[in-house]
Formats: sequence, structure tokens, C-alpha cells
Amino acid sequence: MFDSIEKLLLGLATGIVFGFLLQKGQVAKFSVIVGQFLLKDWTVVKIMGTAVVVGSVGVFALVAAGQASLHVKPLLLGGVLLGGALFGVGMTVLGYCPGTTVAACGEGRRDAMAGVLGMFAGALAFVAAWPALQPVVKALGNEGKVTIPDLTGTSPWPWITGLALAGIAGAVLLRGFGNRTRLTPVAESGIPVGSGAET
Amino acid sequence: MTNPLSLKSWPPYAVGVGIGLLSWFAFATADKPLGISTSFENTAALTEKAALPGIEQSNGYFAAKAAEGTPPKIGWEWMLVLGVFVGAFFSARLSGDHSSETVPALWRWRFGASPAKRLAVAFLAGAVMMFGARLAQGCTSGHGISGSLQLAASSWVFSAVFFAVATATAFALYGREGADHV
Repeated sequence: MFDSIEKLLLGLATGIVFGFLLQKGQVAKFSVIVGQFLLKDWTVVKIMGTAVVVGSVGVFALVAAGQASLHVKPLLLGGVLLGGALFGVGMTVLGYCPGTTVAACGEGRRDAMAGVLGMFAGALAFVAAWPALQPVVKALGNEGKVTIPDLTGTSPWPWITGLALAGIAGAVLLRGFGNRTRLTPVAESGIPVGSGAET
Repeated sequence: MTNPLSLKSWPPYAVGVGIGLLSWFAFATADKPLGISTSFENTAALTEKAALPGIEQSNGYFAAKAAEGTPPKIGWEWMLVLGVFVGAFFSARLSGDHSSETVPALWRWRFGASPAKRLAVAFLAGAVMMFGARLAQGCTSGHGISGSLQLAASSWVFSAVFFAVATATAFALYGREGADHV
């Protein structure tokens, strides 16, 4: 039921750095998450995109060196499509994703605390309904734990290179599309915006 | 020079590089991708196992997970989630960027200032979000970052779907004027 103490401490240390980064990245805030989906604040895309590009280089290098293995989730199209849609609705209404909900609780945000309780309730419901959900999850087939290089019979490195180039192009396109700092004087809601982003 | 730990925000690209490097660390030291929602499922399964005797026989979940070699447990992933809370707590304390806000400004503009309404909807939305994450077997961390960086087909499909639906939901709820109130 428990991992070894070393592994538990390693998980804790990794999580502390992760939470620190999420909080400093300003993504533990409703306004930044919903601002992304209103296509106003591109912080979420910038952080996730950079993490994917940087992460892929190192992780595939580790795999090539035999120091790690890939951990890919199966392409169960029914579950991924329905789950992705429910996730998108829930994330916008809540205003945080699962990791940033937990980080927002660390910031003290009360609505995120209600969100965490809801997340636990959702997990309870998922486990309880698991047998009934299986036909839905498998409704559109199971392609297994496949990667894009597997599906196309290619090496991962051209994909990683392409991803990095796309990331650079994206960064150029998003220049000036900012963070909440690029608020125009139109925002006359009388609400203090950008509580202290320093730029 | 200001201590960077006491800044309220770091540039998004720097944070992205940090999370990318942290992924290397997680794969190298624990052979694990960063992910948040798995531990919620594990905790839920352990809770139901403790509270509902006989569920291990009546609900095929437990046998299926045992067969996959991933029975519910308190493991690395669980501590990762705890760590996210602790790390965000200290980051916010060091910069003074903490807030006990219940009703965000945009929400107040659209749905009013009632804390009870905001908390109730946040609870329900959290439930829907987690139910979706477990149907898809991952969230913004497990699919969006960790799965995408592994070039997993499931994760790229998930990311495209959740981003499109989240954007449509945001415009349905707040409209174009919403952007002026973020």
C-alpha cells in the first residue's frame, strides 16, 4: 500500500519544486487560467509549450541511454474524447486544472479548496462507476500505448526537432501577447488587475 | 539584487523550462512522469475499499488494477500532490502573493458576489474535471505536459480536445466582453 520511504520523499521533493514553479508561473490563479481560454492571457500555453519542448529532449535522451522508460497512456479514444471534453468544461468553470487547484490551495484560495473536495468526489464517483464506464471508454477502440513515432514508423527525433521549431515560432508569434500586464485601459471593471506582476 | 524566491512571478518561459527539467528529474530518479490526477483515483479507491466491505469483489476495478500491476496505493504520485501544495504555499508566503479569495473578479462580474454559489459550483466543476481526467487517464500534467513530451498519441488528442472545449466554454460563459474583466 505504501512506496518505500526514499520514493515517498523523492515524490515530495519533486512536488515541492513543481508547486513552487506553478505558483511563480501565476497559473494558480483563476484569472490566468480563464484568461487563457478567453484567448487574452497566453501564460498557460507558454508554460506548457516550453515544458513539453524542454522535457521531450531530456526524456527521450534518458530513454535512449536506457536510464528511463516511456510511460504512455493508452489511446482509448472513447475515454480520451469524452474525458477531454468533460475536463475542458470542468477546468474552465473551476478556473484551475488539477495541479493548479492544489497549488491555489497553497496560495490560500477558498474556491480552489472547494474544487479539491469536488475533485475527490469526482474520483470516488469514477471508481464506483468504473464497471459501467468500461463500454464507453472502449467504445471507439483501443489502439494501445502508442506514440506518434510508433504510429508513423519514424524516429522520435524529427518530431522533437519539429516541436522545438514550432515552439520558437509560437514564441515569436506570441511576442507581446502577454501576460496580464498587457491590459488595455478598457478594463474599467473597477477591479485591481494584475495584483503585482512586476513587469 | 532581489532574491528571486521573493518575486511574485517568474517569466512563463523560465517556469516552462523549469517544469521541463523537472520532468527529466522525475524520469531519471523515479522513472515516473509528472501527473496529479492518478493519486486522487488511488485515494478514492483506497477510501471505498475501507468504507465498503466487499467492493473488491463487486467492482472489477480492483482486480483490473491489480492485474495491471498498479493497485491503489500511497506512493510517489501521492507525495507529489502533497508537495505541490507545500511548494505553492512557501512560494506564495515568500512573495506575499497569497490570497484567501473565494469569488474571483471575473466570476463576480458575470455571476455575482455570492460565496456559496461560487463554492458550490467550484465543487461540482472539480468533480466533473476529475471524472473527465480519470476517464481519459490523465490531466493537464499527466497528458498535457508529460504525455505530450513523450509524443503519446492519446495525450495529443486529449490536449486538443480539452483546449478546444475549455475555450468554447469560456466564451459561452463570459462572451467576448469577458476578456475585459479578466
